[in-house]
Amino acid sequence: MVLLLLKRIGFMFFTMIVVSIILFMLLETGLTGDPATRVLGNFASDAQKESWRNQHGYNQPVVVRYAKWLGNFATGNLGTSIRYKGPVKDVLLPRLWNTAILGFWTFAIMIPLSLILGVLSGMKEGSLLDRSISIFGILTTSVPEFASAVFFSALFVFGLKWLPGTSSMSGGFEFKQLILPAMVLVVYDFGYVARMTRASMAEVMQSQYVRSAILKGLPYRQVIIRHALRNALIAPFTVIMLQINWLLSGVIVVEFFFAYKGFGALLLEASLNNDIVLLEACAMVAVVVAVGSQTIADIGYTFLNPRIRFT
Amino acid sequence: MATKSTTEMPSVGYGAAILRVIKSFGLLRESWVGMIGAFLVLFWVLVAIFAPWIAQFDPNANILPFAKPGTMAASGHTFWLGTDHMGRDLLSRIVWGARTVLTFAPLATLSAYTVGILMGLMAGYRGGLVDDILSRISDIILSFPVLVLYIIVIATIGASGFNIVLAITFASSPGIMRIVRGLTLDLRNRDYVAAAQTRGESDWRIMLFEILPNARGPLIVDACLRLGYVIITIGVLGFLGLGLPPPDPDWGGMVNETRQMAMVFPYMTLFPCIAISSLILGFNLLADGLREISLRD
Amino acid sequence: MNDIQEPVLVCKDLCISYYTRAGEIPAVVDFSLTVKPGETIGIVGESGCGKSTVAMAIMQYMGANGGIKSGSITFKGRDLTTLNENELRSIRGSEISMIYQEPFASLNPSLKISTQLMEVPLAHENISKEEARKRSVQMLEDVKLPDPERVMESYPHQLSGGQQQRVVIAMGLLSKPSLLLLDEPTTALDVTVEAGIVKLVGDISKKFGTSQIYISHNLGLILETCDRVFVMYSGEVVEEGTINSLFTWPKHPYTHGLFSCIPLPTTDKNAAPLKPIRGQLPLPFERPPGCYFGPRCDHFKKGLCDKGHFRMENVEGSALDHRVRCLRYKDIDHTKILSPETVRESLEIGKRVLNVDGMKKYYEVKDSSFMAMITGKNTQFVKANEELNFTAHESETVAIVGESGCGKSTFAKVLMGLETGTDGEIRHKGKDISDIEVRDRSTKQIRSLQMVFQNPFDTLNPSHSIGGQISRVIRQFGIETDKKKIFNRVMKLLDTVKLPRDFYFRKPRQLSGGQKQRIGIARAFAGNPSIVIADEPVSALDVSVAAAVTELLMDIQRKHKTTLLFISHDLSVVRYLADRIVVMYLGHILERGTTEEIFAPPYHPYTEALLSAVPIADPEITKRRIVLEGDLPSAMDPPKGCPFCTRCHRKIGDICDNELPRETLVKDRHVIKCHIPIQELSKIEPVIRMPEESERIHVQ
Repeated sequence: MVLLLLKRIGFMFFTMIVVSIILFMLLETGLTGDPATRVLGNFASDAQKESWRNQHGYNQPVVVRYAKWLGNFATGNLGTSIRYKGPVKDVLLPRLWNTAILGFWTFAIMIPLSLILGVLSGMKEGSLLDRSISIFGILTTSVPEFASAVFFSALFVFGLKWLPGTSSMSGGFEFKQLILPAMVLVVYDFGYVARMTRASMAEVMQSQYVRSAILKGLPYRQVIIRHALRNALIAPFTVIMLQINWLLSGVIVVEFFFAYKGFGALLLEASLNNDIVLLEACAMVAVVVAVGSQTIADIGYTFLNPRIRFT
Repeated sequence: MATKSTTEMPSVGYGAAILRVIKSFGLLRESWVGMIGAFLVLFWVLVAIFAPWIAQFDPNANILPFAKPGTMAASGHTFWLGTDHMGRDLLSRIVWGARTVLTFAPLATLSAYTVGILMGLMAGYRGGLVDDILSRISDIILSFPVLVLYIIVIATIGASGFNIVLAITFASSPGIMRIVRGLTLDLRNRDYVAAAQTRGESDWRIMLFEILPNARGPLIVDACLRLGYVIITIGVLGFLGLGLPPPDPDWGGMVNETRQMAMVFPYMTLFPCIAISSLILGFNLLADGLREISLRD
Repeated sequence: MNDIQEPVLVCKDLCISYYTRAGEIPAVVDFSLTVKPGETIGIVGESGCGKSTVAMAIMQYMGANGGIKSGSITFKGRDLTTLNENELRSIRGSEISMIYQEPFASLNPSLKISTQLMEVPLAHENISKEEARKRSVQMLEDVKLPDPERVMESYPHQLSGGQQQRVVIAMGLLSKPSLLLLDEPTTALDVTVEAGIVKLVGDISKKFGTSQIYISHNLGLILETCDRVFVMYSGEVVEEGTINSLFTWPKHPYTHGLFSCIPLPTTDKNAAPLKPIRGQLPLPFERPPGCYFGPRCDHFKKGLCDKGHFRMENVEGSALDHRVRCLRYKDIDHTKILSPETVRESLEIGKRVLNVDGMKKYYEVKDSSFMAMITGKNTQFVKANEELNFTAHESETVAIVGESGCGKSTFAKVLMGLETGTDGEIRHKGKDISDIEVRDRSTKQIRSLQMVFQNPFDTLNPSHSIGGQISRVIRQFGIETDKKKIFNRVMKLLDTVKLPRDFYFRKPRQLSGGQKQRIGIARAFAGNPSIVIADEPVSALDVSVAAAVTELLMDIQRKHKTTLLFISHDLSVVRYLADRIVVMYLGHILERGTTEEIFAPPYHPYTEALLSAVPIADPEITKRRIVLEGDLPSAMDPPKGCPFCTRCHRKIGDICDNELPRETLVKDRHVIKCHIPIQELSKIEPVIRMPEESERIHVQ
């Protein structure tokens, strides 16, 4: 058990290191094109590029550069953004905070909604509720975020004129501006989590131990709560933790569409503007969040499942 | 003995195999969800095939900017869905866009499947060190948020059709590998695999002829879902401005180009969104129908 | 039992159907049954005969698509079919309990045993938690589980299969039900573990006065546990009666056929072979008019047996409650059926073809526990095979017998070249093949060593046609290369295994289990092998089909003079067809010798227990009952001394715990591995005692 935990955490660090190597190779070496050209543009002269390289230490051996680069990350020195002309940390932190707010509300709505509906439809497979949730789930997962953003804007912004069309929060934080982005994220993700919950619940309801619980003459509520839910919610727990990874992708589209000043939009901006230092920082943050949540998911799964917990 | 030999030698024909595939799709009749999905997919496939005949305008020609849907063009044809800010016919662009997406999405999915299946078979059948290495690699790739991965890859190697296929293969083959590996781990313990081993068949023959055909059920369902997902990816990349380079029509790109004008001309963004959503919906419904049927017997 | 007593359960004219997309499927037709207090009723039949459906109907748990069409189920005066969900709930688990086939699946994996036990009395009676706990512990003790307190705090996966089933039985008995339903409660367990459960089930009605309905496919088990028996065929009861009456004078041709299909100690592969029932069980919608057994019956009479629906009738001149559903039972003389043509010559045993000498197979297992990390000993060995020695000759059938984990399948893998041996030799025709993997063997070697597999649903690749699969074997073995010739060869093989030639074009899913197993045999014999390993080839088949497949296998072996290595857990099948027997336990051969030597003293204590554990469906045969304590040890952590010392009923002292016994030669090729001197072992009474021919009332 202890060993399993250590192994899992060890693998987490291993993943982060490997990812950092991949990132470094992609962005900082000549593997995919000259970094100097990328930063200074195609029209920079050779002399300009050479002096840039010298200035930023690009003429040192790759391994030394990687070690320095990683060291800077580990000590929290994220470097200077070219576009924002300031420390990356100052740009990144407020953006992360904004995305955290958006993510919080998305999860706060999506998790209870999809768990409850998923469990209900899994309890009575083939019922009207089950069929409708399943069809609705397919429908919502079929619409890409940018398309549902368009549809919702058409309805709530241009049609009913209830909500603002952008969420730039230029006049300070306004909850109303958060509704549309969160709604798009919830709708897209709800279908997936609900369907996974439903499948897990349906499988448990078919199991022999639920049958034997019913035939023991237990009250139906007890069969569901004590026998079915405990086993049925193990799988959705993992799924939900993995949604954090997915959310990191989702926010890019949504923040870009609604001009929300969040982390996703920042990452996209960095890549479109060849702001390599900023892009690296954003990518590393994304990976740390993703791998961290996965590790928690794995450990949680182990903990929830007594067959692994006690061996 | 000779008189009993009424059974004739079979003529090996691909006709029979094709007939069987058609028959198994005929089973879809029993699932109306799957039927709708198949219809939607078929509709867009036909549109893509017959694009030159359906589209009445050159999709990249700047004819008449900001024409409302139903406006008549000088040539006598009608802009049924209107034109965009550069005067290009939206219907023609959507029709040609179907061809773009239905070329690159299946191509990318196919390529991801080829890589994923080979990796999955090797990892599941051989086990041991091969499995460890392949599984670790896929764990690492899968731990990336997908879109972040796409953005970094596309941002560094540049946006082109080939690069998009490459990026999608890179990002989705680990997922396919996991599925195939799981199925292989189960199937390799079947007695018919042991029978093949005991008659000295090669590993590759066992993987491709004894194991893979029996994994096809879940894989076909997954392929439909994944096709839908790849279409979303291509759309999203286009929308973020990382898709196919302009001016060739691409549904996601169309939304990106016109969304600033959505306030005044909502139809410019609405139509491409409906197009992409309906195609993805088609694949997802088809997958659901196929799964329902496969669970039945 | 007293006849005046009110019956516990009465099923009257019960008809149960399932409703599917294809239409209504009648699962059980015209079923009547009465259970008196304290009585144990057996329901026996092959798969798909509707026996489990009856149990589910009594529990009133039919699923969404099943329903009772007509008839009534009266439990203590109340008709269960008219009760609502709430009333049913108060009966389920408190008045009627059920025990299932797979104990592990029916226990909730994420709840402690204590929770799962205590909730039964808590749901049905108004008692405190302490009281419920006390009662649960008491009940665990009653089902003979060692250390009940520890079991209470365990999760299901921490218990062995036998312990799990005891827990499930305890759970069923907790609120002292009047009726206990047992649906194949021992099918998933090993024979020696099964024997313990059977004894427990037998004690229940004595101790608690519970009535029981015991459902099984195994006639021998029914004989050991029940008072009365119902034989079902294709949804109806064809015969019912007391154990003595029905087992001694079976009246229905199907019942009689069943007895001729099971290898009883009286059968012999040469003198008195099994007589399989021809054809196969009809699917519910393919049932013929009149008698459902008609098409498979030797006494079928046109115009009589194929019209209308027959009722059960009392058998004349027999016990009062012996009833049969057959119009011709009076005309049939079962003594006359044995025709002399079925008697076969015994085979001449040829030269030695296989010589296993000191073969060992160890698996390396990485130990990832924390302790192993600290001590640095992180590789363990699982000793799957330890010092195997035996020989096999041409035309000989050698049976390898043992329970799960005894290493019999591992041995087969090494022999086939799927694994390589760790030490020792396996000489096939003089050449050591123990460390040559199958890919390094020559085509000739490969095709002379073939295998028939256990699971009929797994043995053929569902994606390819039958013809394609057999053709591939012929091509791979290099027997023929020309397409036309291969095709003819496949046709001949289909003839050999007595299947129609148009099976060439069929897909495996269109075949029944028995037919698939025949194809498996055809595949193994395609290249005229000198040795065929059959790994439990009939254990997954119904008895009537199994008999036919067994006979076929022996016929082909006879014709080709093949050496047959028959791997099995079932001593009765083995006794019937083997010339020599090898008894394995935890990787060791504990005893080997001819069939006669194994079945008579001196026995190894394990052989003795195994013989006692196998149920025999003949009421005139008496057995000494030996019930082993505990469960099979794990192969990961075997005992230090004699592998059997943890469960041995004849253990003589510390020497058993600490020292591995040597092989002792009794005579010729009969070897026993035990610390007890052979003279002592020779004094043991025989386990199975058959009556003298003159004492027998039984006609077989």
